[in-house]
Formats: sequence, structure tokens, C-alpha cells
Amino acid sequence: MKIVKSLSLLLAAGSLVCGQNAGNWLTYSGNDAGHRYSTLNQITKANAARLRPLWVYQIDKTDKFEASPIVRDGIMYISEPPSDVTALETGSGRVLWKYKRVLPDDMPVCCGKVNRGVAIHGDSIFLGTLDAHLVALDASTGSVLWDVAVADYKAGYTSTVAPLIVKDKVIIGSAGGEFGVRGYLAAYDAKTGKQAWRFWTIPAAGEKGTETWKGDSYKFGSGTTWVTGSYDAALNTIYWGTGNPGPDWNGVKREGDNLYSNSLIALDADTGKMKWYFQFTPHDVLDLDSTQVPVLADIQWKGAPRKVVLFANRNAFYYVLDRQTGEYLLGKSYVRQTWAQPELDAKGRATWLPNTHPTAQGTTVYPNSPGATNFQAPSYSPQTKLHYVMTRDEGGVFYSGDDSYKQGSWYLAGRFVSKPGEEARGAIKAMDPRTGTAKWEFPMFAPSWAGVLSTAGGVVFSATWEGDMIVLDDATGKLLWRFPMGGNVFANPVTFLSGGKQVVAIAAGHALFTFALE
Amino acid sequence: MWKHALLLLSLAPAWAQLPTDAASIQAGKKAYEWHCAFCHGAGSDGFAANLVSPRLIYAPTDSSLVNIIRTGISGTGMPPALGMSETEIKQVAAYVRSLGRTAPQKVAGDATRGEALYNGKGGCTGCHMIGGSGGRMGPDLSDIGIRRAPASLRTSIVNADSVVVPGWAQVNAELSGGGKLSGVRLNEDTFSIQIRDDGGKIHSLAKSGITKLEKNAAKSTMPSYEGKLSGAEIDDIVAYLFSLRGGL
Repeated sequence: MKIVKSLSLLLAAGSLVCGQNAGNWLTYSGNDAGHRYSTLNQITKANAARLRPLWVYQIDKTDKFEASPIVRDGIMYISEPPSDVTALETGSGRVLWKYKRVLPDDMPVCCGKVNRGVAIHGDSIFLGTLDAHLVALDASTGSVLWDVAVADYKAGYTSTVAPLIVKDKVIIGSAGGEFGVRGYLAAYDAKTGKQAWRFWTIPAAGEKGTETWKGDSYKFGSGTTWVTGSYDAALNTIYWGTGNPGPDWNGVKREGDNLYSNSLIALDADTGKMKWYFQFTPHDVLDLDSTQVPVLADIQWKGAPRKVVLFANRNAFYYVLDRQTGEYLLGKSYVRQTWAQPELDAKGRATWLPNTHPTAQGTTVYPNSPGATNFQAPSYSPQTKLHYVMTRDEGGVFYSGDDSYKQGSWYLAGRFVSKPGEEARGAIKAMDPRTGTAKWEFPMFAPSWAGVLSTAGGVVFSATWEGDMIVLDDATGKLLWRFPMGGNVFANPVTFLSGGKQVVAIAAGHALFTFALE
Repeated sequence: MWKHALLLLSLAPAWAQLPTDAASIQAGKKAYEWHCAFCHGAGSDGFAANLVSPRLIYAPTDSSLVNIIRTGISGTGMPPALGMSETEIKQVAAYVRSLGRTAPQKVAGDATRGEALYNGKGGCTGCHMIGGSGGRMGPDLSDIGIRRAPASLRTSIVNADSVVVPGWAQVNAELSGGGKLSGVRLNEDTFSIQIRDDGGKIHSLAKSGITKLEKNAAKSTMPSYEGKLSGAEIDDIVAYLFSLRGGL
């Protein structure tokens, strides 16, 4: 048994599917490469129409339910808003234990008291909390093993992100980009809770990068890290997206590119030192956080194998970068946009068009602040070599204002409203990384906040905004099955085995739904 | 007596203490103009709820008003506060309450005459419902007087397209089996649409059975009454509608 276990670990270490084994779902994206892809193949194009609800678990909270479950050996671990954890038995949906966190009542919180999931390592479950702590729980009982303050919640820091396990470390980011915090990515020892390293996404006085900020505006530069990144074991590199610069909608006081906001950062997994970065939206004034899941893929690029990172960005451009060097390989607009010139330059830099910055009178721009995609997780199928992305098409009217930084207070300097009189649209797009174009798309009545999951069964799982669980053919986008769950979806689907049977789970409304073949 | 006192004590922590000083209310007005006026109007003459009212349907208490500003109202166009501190939320709430203490907007017309016109010459009952009586082709008007200000009501009667209430868009569908259907959209998702046709009948259609679907979110099914009613008659109907408070 021990030999088998060691063997599977060795096999996993050499491939991009590290983090996934058998029928479990062990990390936010299912594997370290950010694929949200499963090798499970019981549910296929031929039998998806026989899917039926297995069980439904209801939460007793009214905040948005954004959790992406973790599943190991018949137990599912979910976070519930605001910062609670529940363990469920996967065959019955019955609760095994709950961890309820008592939160302070003076937290500045931006966009809902939410949490996107937990991480698992050994016998511990890891949770980032709204009061900016990292907590280790006993996976068997839910009791607290250790609890450390990662940042000061009173300054506007919160953790809504699912942590990422990298070797023996827990990687945790923060939210708070609307409060002028200084963004970071931090690593903690999984056993002890001791900080191993911290990378600040915004440089400090005297450091390289501050020259991209007017005056001392970098001090309130934001650049938060609120969606889980990816990890390449062979390159020993962590890839993570960073958020908007502060303040959100008026860049006058922070002229310059505002590094390392709205970037993909590649960090050494042992030291947290930056290897390279690529900034997608220099000097962002539309709140276009680059906090999407970086997808690590090995593809044929111009006739040769290449290790790339795929990034469908909130700014409406689709990017392919070399993940060893950060070299720009491809960038194309994949959703309607009016903020930048349609073509990126030779290094992949976007050029702002005139009259696209927020003004006191309001400026209409596509996309609006929720962007072309957002925290909806994408999926990459090594089988089809397609990158499935949930997209949104909606314009906004942006107004600039004036805010001065005050610790723990909103730091927005503007606002936006969705373009009046226009119904927004959504679509799942199957992006071909070799061309940057969609092989197919599945149009939706409204932009959905659901993520996407693909499997070796040749199917793609997701959900509409209105609450339909959907299954599509991964090669054509044809609808194979749907089920109306009756609640809006803000979450990502996962799949796993329970009692030898493939199950798919997703949160909708204030309940977690599971499905299996009848 | 003790029982009541205990009840009051137990409720006390949930009460929001709104500021009453002029400076806070003025600060609330400033924040209101930035965050709220886009929908509610700078002088509460917008297309969202009329706040010049001593009572607000979703906010009977100060606590509920603060909570609504903080979290929005699910299922409506009212969003949660983004960019408002707790202090500002209370200041805005205090300003909204100060609006409620001002005299209701004055209307030129006569509500009694307006009611007769509404039920008679105007033909409004064919489409709108008040207190459970009337048609279903347009929004229920039972509490329209607390949801819309007089100026906004008048604009809608003269030009119904000025504010098309979400969910009341006009739709035209061409069906794959032949035939057409037009009416008001009651609901819609990616796969289906529910329409009340011009005769009042409800249809739920799979989109796979529709060859062409025209929706005009900016076009109301209500006709303009300009020229059909005199200016004085429209004033009377506005006065009647403004008197409808849904029991508040």
C-alpha cells in the first residue's frame, strides 16, 4: 500500500496534473495547473441526459455562496459565507462537522461576505477568513490547529480566496483593493502556521517599480490577489493574478503604469521572489482586476512544444505567454471592448483609446467593471486542447470622483453603472490557444457568474445565471442536459467519485447541488 | 409592563441611531447625490422609489433603512452600497428620513377627478391593477404613489417609453410552427420565455421553438396619453396615482 502511494506521488510530481488523484478533488482548480479538468469519464456525451439530482445541501446564510468544494475520500469540505467551514459525507450530503468563525463587526468589506473555498493538506483544512486570518482546522473534527493574522482587517484586508497548497506551504492572498491596501501573496508553513515568505505586489519606497506611480501613490496601490493561482512543480513557480490599482476609477493621482497591479506574477515557490511579471492593463481606471485563474498548458506552438500560460482576462483580451520567461506569444480581443486599440503591440501591451477614462459626466466603455470575465473559473481540457471561458458582454458608464486615502475607508474615486437600457449577454467560449479565437460558443441570456469544468468524458459542466446546471459537448458546445436549480450561481463546479460513482457539484442560490447518473 | 420593557430592551441593540445634526444630514445629502440620485433623482424625482414619504415600504424602521442601503434589495434594482462607509450610510439614511419629513410633493390636479378618469376615459384599468382589481398587462399601481414622484408619473403618462419598468418589455416572437405572438415579457432565461399576449393569455415558450425573437427593453406597451387627455386631465390622474400608497 505504501509502495503504491509513493508511486502515485512520483507519477504526479512529474506532470501538470499534480494535485489530483483518483476520484478526489484536492485543490481549488482540481489540479495545480488551474485546469478545472477531471480524468473521470463515467459521465459522457452519450449518457449525460441521464443525470439526476443526488442530494442538495442548504446553507442558512443569505450572503452569496461562492464555494468551490474540496473532496477527499468520501468527505467534502466547503466554506460557507462569511468564514465558516462544513464537512459533508459525499454519498448522503449529511453534515459531519461545522466550524463557525466569530467575526468582528467592524470589518470593511467590499463585495459581499463571501469565501471561495478551502485547501487540504495532510490532516488539515486551511481557510482564509474575512478578518484576514489563515486558519488550520483538523480535517476530522473541524477543531482549530492554528490561527494566524495574515494582515490587519481594520485596514481593509480580507481573505475570500481559496488557499493553494505548494509542497509544505499554504499560499494565501488577500482582497481589499477598494480600500487602498498593499496587496501581497504570502506562504505559511502548513504544520506550524509560521510565515515562510511574503511577496508584496506593490513595491515599497526605494524599490524598483515605484517609478510607475506618481509621487507616493504606490503607498495605497492595492493590487490584491483574491482568486487562487496555479503552480508548476517542474519549474518550481507559482503563477498568480493581481487586482486593480487604487483608487479604482480615477488615475490622475497615480499617473504611470502602476506596477504590479493588473499583472500575472511568476514567483519562486521556495522564496517568493519574482521571476517575471506581465502587466495586462497598464494604468487601469476601469477596475479590471487580472485576478483570473492562470491556466498552465503544454501546447504545440508554431510547430514546437511550448510551456505556456493561458489567461482570459477581465480586460477583454485573451493572452498566451511563455510560462518560463513571461514572453508574450499571443493576445486577441475575445469579447467586445472599446477601451483599447484592437491590436496589442509587439510586446502585448494594450494602448488606451482617447476618451475612455471615467469623467465627472460619465464615459461609456465596454466592458464594464465586472469585465469580460471575472472570478468565474475557466477550464482547460488536455483532451480537446481547448480553454473554456465564461464570458460577459456588458457596457458601463464610468464616473470619476475624488477620494483621499484613509485607512479602512473606501478608496474608489469614482463609480460605474451598467449601461442603461441594454440587456447584458453571456457566453461560454471554447478558446483555441493556438489562434486566440473561439472554436465554439454557447450563448446565454444573461452573463453568468458560474465557472466551467471539463472532463475526460468529453463534456463541459457549467451553469447559467438564472440557475440552470448545464452539460455541453466539449467539441461542439451542443447542450446535452440541463437542470433548473432555482437560484443564481456564483460558484464553480467540481467532480469526484462517491461510492465509485461520478458526482458533479455546484452551489446555486443558497444550496449546494450534486448530480449523478440515475 | 415588564414584559414590554424587556422586549424593548432586547430590541434596542438592533436600532440604528441616525444622526440628527444638520452637518450630518448635509453630508448625507452629498453622499446621496453621488450614490443614489442616478435612480432616485436629485430631488427625489427619479424613476426609483419616491423617498419624499414619511414611510417607506421596505424601510419601516431606521434599522431596516440602514440595512437596505448597506445590502440593497434582492430582486430589485436597488444595489448594495459600494463606496459608502458605515458613517455615510447612516448619514444618507438620516437625509432620506429628512426627505420624508418634508411635505409631500404638491400636485396640481384633483385626485377624485383623476380616479374617475383612471376608471373611465383613460381606460387604465384594462392593463393596471390597484388593490386586486384591474388588468395584468402593466405594473400593479397599488402603491405607485410611494414608488414614483409626481413629475416622474406625469412623464410616464405622456411618454411611457421614458421609463420602462424592468420586466415589462414588449416582445414579438415568430414561432417555428408558423404564427406570431406579441405581448409583455413576464420572465426569461437562456432556454425559455414567458409572455402574456395582447389578449392577456400566458404562454411559456421554449426558445428552440422560436425562429425570431424581438425584444425592445426601451419600448413600453403603454400608449402615450398626450393629445388623448388634456393637460388638466393628466394632472388629475397624476394626483390620483400619487394618492395611492398601498395602505401606508
